[in-house]
Amino acid sequence: MIAFEAVRKVFGDGHVALHALTLTVRAGSTLALLGPSGCGKTTTLKLINRLLTPTAGCVRLAGRDIADLDPIALRRGMGWVVQEAGLFPHLTARANVEVVPRLLGWTAGRRRARAEALLALVGLDATAYAERYPAQLSGGQRQRVGLARALAADPAVLLMDEPFGALDPPTRRRLQDEFRALQARLGKTVVLVTHDVEEAFLLADHVAVLHDGRLEQYGTPADLRAAPASPFVAEFLGGRAVARA
Amino acid sequence: MTGRAVGTFAVLAVFAAAAVAQPPPRIVVGAKKFTENALLAELMAQVLETHAGAAVERRLNLAGTQVCFDALRRGDIDVYAEYTGTGLRTILGDERPPGPPAAVFAAVSDAFRDRWELVWLAPFGFDNTYVLMMTPARAAALGVTRLSDLAAPPLRYGMSHEFLERPDGMPGLRHAYALNEARTVGMEHDLTYQALADGAIDIADGYSTDAKILAFGLLPLTDDRRFFPPYEAAPLARADLFTRVPRAAAALRLLAGRLDAATMRRLNFAVEGDRRAPAEVATAFLRELGLSTREATAERRATTLAGTLWQRRGETLRLTGQHLLLTGAAVLAAVGIGLPLGIAVSRRPRLAALALAGAGVLQTIPSIALLAFMLPLFGIGVAPAIAALFLYGLLPILRNTVAGLRSVDAQLIEVGRGLGMSAGDLLRRVELPLAAPVILAGVRTAAVITVGTATLAAFIGAGGLGDPIVTGLSVSDVNLILSGALPAAALAVTVDLVLHGVERWATPRGLRDP
Repeated sequence: MIAFEAVRKVFGDGHVALHALTLTVRAGSTLALLGPSGCGKTTTLKLINRLLTPTAGCVRLAGRDIADLDPIALRRGMGWVVQEAGLFPHLTARANVEVVPRLLGWTAGRRRARAEALLALVGLDATAYAERYPAQLSGGQRQRVGLARALAADPAVLLMDEPFGALDPPTRRRLQDEFRALQARLGKTVVLVTHDVEEAFLLADHVAVLHDGRLEQYGTPADLRAAPASPFVAEFLGGRAVARA
Repeated sequence: MTGRAVGTFAVLAVFAAAAVAQPPPRIVVGAKKFTENALLAELMAQVLETHAGAAVERRLNLAGTQVCFDALRRGDIDVYAEYTGTGLRTILGDERPPGPPAAVFAAVSDAFRDRWELVWLAPFGFDNTYVLMMTPARAAALGVTRLSDLAAPPLRYGMSHEFLERPDGMPGLRHAYALNEARTVGMEHDLTYQALADGAIDIADGYSTDAKILAFGLLPLTDDRRFFPPYEAAPLARADLFTRVPRAAAALRLLAGRLDAATMRRLNFAVEGDRRAPAEVATAFLRELGLSTREATAERRATTLAGTLWQRRGETLRLTGQHLLLTGAAVLAAVGIGLPLGIAVSRRPRLAALALAGAGVLQTIPSIALLAFMLPLFGIGVAPAIAALFLYGLLPILRNTVAGLRSVDAQLIEVGRGLGMSAGDLLRRVELPLAAPVILAGVRTAAVITVGTATLAAFIGAGGLGDPIVTGLSVSDVNLILSGALPAAALAVTVDLVLHGVERWATPRGLRDP
């Protein structure tokens, strides 16, 4: 569904963020991009919705080079969840969820129905929370609204950048569990950026471990646990995996 | 004739008269911002109304010789009262020793007609020249009546700053009369009268028709060596006025030779000392001359602040309306240009720096100078005032638009793009709403600055609450000054409060302090 073909990304300052990344995300599956900060995982994510452009190589969506697609239409067809939710502070929870439907020109009635359904889906009571502003919500509630916003136009692809990173551990655990249940129902193609091994293993069908802009290992959580491909992967998984056990 | 026939005839007669009657010709009379010039303008305006059947518009309180003269050349005004010596020295720049009054009049008449097609009409009959003045007691004790008597006694001179500098002032005078100066100091002119009365100085400079010479009972000394050029006052008009309104020349000539220096002093005193309106003083004087049948009211300006405010309540309301119109138009224009410009440059740091520097330079130009710069482009009146005020309002709006847009969290902008917003969507749905409080604070600053600066617009004939301030300054009436300054201050505070409310209202609810 999403395919990276020898994608290289060099930033203006000469920093090489990605060296010839080749990677495939299967439709309806969840891929976790895992690695320490600065490894290139967020860069990889932003190459998918063209917030960044490859220096060399190409990214394909259902076989088509996304460089040939209209970036705005492309983004409207992909859900986008960011760290600390990134909600617009001047809009209510409902208006935040309605952003993309509004861009797509949906009628008010359709937008409203969709927003209420989505708030319910992510576990927020619309009558209590729809008219609240982000400043009036807790971190966990904001993240739920952020997820609802990403799902608003029912995109086939969901891009998530450290979505649960800023939450306290119990809230994070609960949201992770809920997201896993939700994903089982929705069957989206999900690319999840995380530095949290636990989270990657819990949520993803496949994990890609990145280090200094290179793909260290790609496989299922079970593959990675059983046979780390390099000392780096073994150490990175080891330190965190112990914590879970 | 039956009643109906009479009625029909009357209706027809009215229609016929309406068809024949033309609207009265329009004439604009200007004046510099001092009492005597305003009085002369009123006299000219009223004879033009009464004897030339004109509809006269008055543009009084213009900033000075240059503004009046340029307005006349451009055709913004048709006539104002000028002084032959000023025409010779200030406008023509002729520094040669002047001849007798008739020769100076002939010289300016020829030069102005040839160079600008402007006409000097017959003078009003007085010479408002510089004089040196003393208290009669001090002069009698020293035996001084003429300037040539000043060579002997050592005296304390208190002179206005301009007089100390002008070549046709103190430097030339020293040379011509070999003055014996014990001590010479520069002083604010309005303060020299009291200093003379108190005996702090012996001698001061003034104008021969100044009402304060009368008010303080001072003795003007005779210029027996004819050092000062003649400053005969006369109507200075555009030649095309007389082809457009042929009766105007004869009407203005009715005033020729009718005002000697003592009469002019008396009329000036009626305004400054007796607190009467220039228009009323002019009407009363024209009745004296048999040139007007109008009834002049004897009403005087109130002597207390409360009285002045009450007396002028209707006028204040009208001027407040003018003031709001000037500032409203200027601020709207500044928003109309500053907001799009700010948006356009906010993402281009170099252009933004350039635009802000440009607007900053405009801001540093003193307001009165900026108003003056607008005159060659727009003439006098409302247009140049709005243009100057617009330039003043531009910087705060531009600066706050740029600052407001730059203050928007970069992550939110990236989120907007990631959700599929176009540049226009981002601006409309994210950037402008989040920058709105800062941008509106800029509009508020611009509005308050503009309301304050607009008081200076009176100097270029735009009216507004500056009018009583300028007039009050020229007649030394503090209450009159306050009758413009207090409403202007109140207006600034009100505008500030109203826009503060708008700012709060426009601040997105999610951003307001709880």
